[in-house]
Amino acid sequence: MRIQRRLTTPRWLVVAVPVASLIAAFAAAAIVLLIAGKDPGATYARLFDRAFIAPGAITSTLITATPLLFTGLAAAAAFRMRLWNIGGEGQLYLGAVGASGAGLFLRDQPPAVIIAGMVGGGLAAGAAWSSIPGVLKAYFKTNEIITSLMLNYVAGLLLTYLIFDSRSFWRELGTFSARAFPQGKQLPDAATWPTFDLGVAVIPFGFLLGLIAALGLWLFYRSTSFGFQARVLGDSPSAARYAGIKTRRVVVAMMALSGALAGVGGASEIGDFRHVLDPRGLQQAGFGYAGIVVAALARYNPFAVAVVAFLLGGLANAGYSLQGPDFPAGLVGVLQGMILFFALGGELLLRYRVSFRARLAAAPS
Amino acid sequence: MNPEVTAGAVPAVAMRSITKRFPGVLANDSVDFEAREGEVHALLGENGAGKSTLASILTGLYRPDAGDIEIYGRRVEFHSPRDAMAAGVSMVHQHFRLAASLTVADNIVLGHQAAPWLRASPRTIESQVTDLARRYRMPVNPTARIWQLSVGEQQRVEILKSLYRGARILILDEPTSLLTPQEADDLFETLRRMTAEGRTIVFVSHKLEELMAVSDRVTVLRGGRVVGTVETKSTTPPQLARMMVGREVVFAQSKEAHRMEGGEVVLELRGISADGDLGIKAVNDVSLAIKAGEIVGIAGVSGNGQRELAEAISGARRRSAGDVIVDGRSLRNGDPEDAIARGIAHVPEDRLGTGVSPSLSVADNLILKSHRRAPIATRGILRRQRIAANAKQLMSRFSVSAPGPDTPTRLLSGGNVQKVVLARELSSRPRAIVAANPTRGLDVGATESVRELLIKAAAGGVGILLISEDLDEVLALADRIAVIYEGRIAGVVPRDEADVQRIGLMMAGAPA
Repeated sequence: MRIQRRLTTPRWLVVAVPVASLIAAFAAAAIVLLIAGKDPGATYARLFDRAFIAPGAITSTLITATPLLFTGLAAAAAFRMRLWNIGGEGQLYLGAVGASGAGLFLRDQPPAVIIAGMVGGGLAAGAAWSSIPGVLKAYFKTNEIITSLMLNYVAGLLLTYLIFDSRSFWRELGTFSARAFPQGKQLPDAATWPTFDLGVAVIPFGFLLGLIAALGLWLFYRSTSFGFQARVLGDSPSAARYAGIKTRRVVVAMMALSGALAGVGGASEIGDFRHVLDPRGLQQAGFGYAGIVVAALARYNPFAVAVVAFLLGGLANAGYSLQGPDFPAGLVGVLQGMILFFALGGELLLRYRVSFRARLAAAPS
Repeated sequence: MNPEVTAGAVPAVAMRSITKRFPGVLANDSVDFEAREGEVHALLGENGAGKSTLASILTGLYRPDAGDIEIYGRRVEFHSPRDAMAAGVSMVHQHFRLAASLTVADNIVLGHQAAPWLRASPRTIESQVTDLARRYRMPVNPTARIWQLSVGEQQRVEILKSLYRGARILILDEPTSLLTPQEADDLFETLRRMTAEGRTIVFVSHKLEELMAVSDRVTVLRGGRVVGTVETKSTTPPQLARMMVGREVVFAQSKEAHRMEGGEVVLELRGISADGDLGIKAVNDVSLAIKAGEIVGIAGVSGNGQRELAEAISGARRRSAGDVIVDGRSLRNGDPEDAIARGIAHVPEDRLGTGVSPSLSVADNLILKSHRRAPIATRGILRRQRIAANAKQLMSRFSVSAPGPDTPTRLLSGGNVQKVVLARELSSRPRAIVAANPTRGLDVGATESVRELLIKAAAGGVGILLISEDLDEVLALADRIAVIYEGRIAGVVPRDEADVQRIGLMMAGAPA
């Protein structure tokens, strides 16, 4: 067996490898199920039914997929130019804080104003949060992987502080039970994001927004001068400086863009689903980290991010609704892990060619 | 080795009917190659002729699809460079394989010691390295870190690494492409010491003059096949050139030297100084004025501030003192965008990492500097048709040979990458061009066309600062020659008064 580096990667392989990774992950998880004494066929059938087929399944899947779509885009936007923003998780929390704050503050306004305020609040808060590692990297050469990751913990603590440890604007203090068991203020009904009924499925506003963001990101990299600068800087910093590109500015702006996307993801989670700032729920969901998986599987392509977010959203959604004594609770986690594992293994096939060939036995003289 | 085996009896290297195919190319087509013990055997050919492939097969980097290799008469099959090393075959690559943040001594023992946790003391290794360096006249400080060294010194480290590991057969891939004439002479001296000890050198190159100077025999490759093997003594450069390119070659195109009396100054350097990467002054009070249509050459030994000077002019490096004046107004310090906008084109020394963005397409690299301005972009949006039209036009005007405008630039040959850089820089209608080692590592054909482009630009009224470590190039192209030594201009002479001896002395720091 020989492994050789590829000069170019055929297009079909770029699609085939993630698909094969998915299949391999399901096959491997089936073995786990068999060992656990479950029937993989029946388990998968239920999983798919709940994810994509049962009445209302698509809508719940889309609602779960929306934050994944945004955090996936956030990771893809940054990773595409080799800016390793691992802070999607914290940026999503901040987006949720910003959006719920805006929703509460604008509670007496018409719905359009409230919703616009929530999107704007999520976007601004996420961008501000990610600008911290952005500025640190651009001006002090700190490693953005570490700073953005560490800020996730800070953001998590901030969420907890706002609801559990303070009498903040976000916390419900009006009722007796809420004082005993801290919880966030419920957003007004007018802050609930609209849905669009297409007959086959009801599409949440957040998902639509995510698709627009995906298109925007694709156009950004393909067709704007600034996206071009980001591509050059990601490929060769010295070529970027040589070309007169203001590299610090691009780094800060791209981190902000990435954080803004994750922040809108946090806003969508509030507007489409929770309608309240819920620290525990947000932290358990782990959308920010899952977004890194989504971006990696999608190979940083915004449209592929949408597809992958939909599939993983379905898995996660089915996992929530099926959890119980007759359904293995860890299965979804195992599947997600397996998918990532095989997808990363598949990278080898994209970059290298593996050929099998019998070694020539004797010298042909 | 059997001591009775004398040179000539059994060849040190014998490669028979080597065939190697890559997707779309037959890189080596049934190649026969033999090198005797104790000789310098040159492997000559243009880029893409199959020299590097053959060398890589000999060092175990590639495995041939067919054919076999004998080392000192014993049939071998190398699965990796480690196997080749065990048989005494080692290669010094054109692009060095050194760990930049480690010391010279570390690099030399890296990957060699059987048990790294039982390291010999650093002091022992350092003194071994110093001894070896002295024996082969390759002065290098074993405690220096690689990133602090000039390319010439890094090459010495590579050679020492091979010797330290006991290489008997050393393959050098275009070893002088990074060296000055003096450094090259030093290298040749080292090679002679090595062959005198019975080591064999395979010298891969496309520079005829140096092959004539250093080699005993020459094997010429063209299009993956052997054209022939000749004794150096009984051949001439024109004959070799004919074998190499398969046609007559016009040699050393040169520019008519002009004495620029009067004439408008387009680029003036007024007492500029700049620090190097280590914070030590690398450019020291350089003043020069370049007139429209003039080529001013800067000759000097590698590492005397050339790179820093070019960067200080183009804005990539901040100046610690002095002004760069274009058309009477001074450029903003440390601002490449200003330099670009004011018409300073720059052909950087590191063409693939700096001159182009390697993974981006040829079309994208052709707009690397114009991507924010009309007509390429309007209101921040790239105009794709205009980018495509620009690429099509420049690729044909500068005869860039690439599969297409969407090909990633890193897949192009060195000559074509340089054409992409020149196409972009010259098409921006510059006032002045700062060109750093523009033909380094290029083959005869590509060198020819790069020089022609520079001469044509000068004829069109552009002022050119040609910073080159290739003295012959400076002598062929420049109207005036400035010699740089330790960051200072040691002297400026018009070309028609230039005397190689005197310039050589100034390059070495002797008072003019």
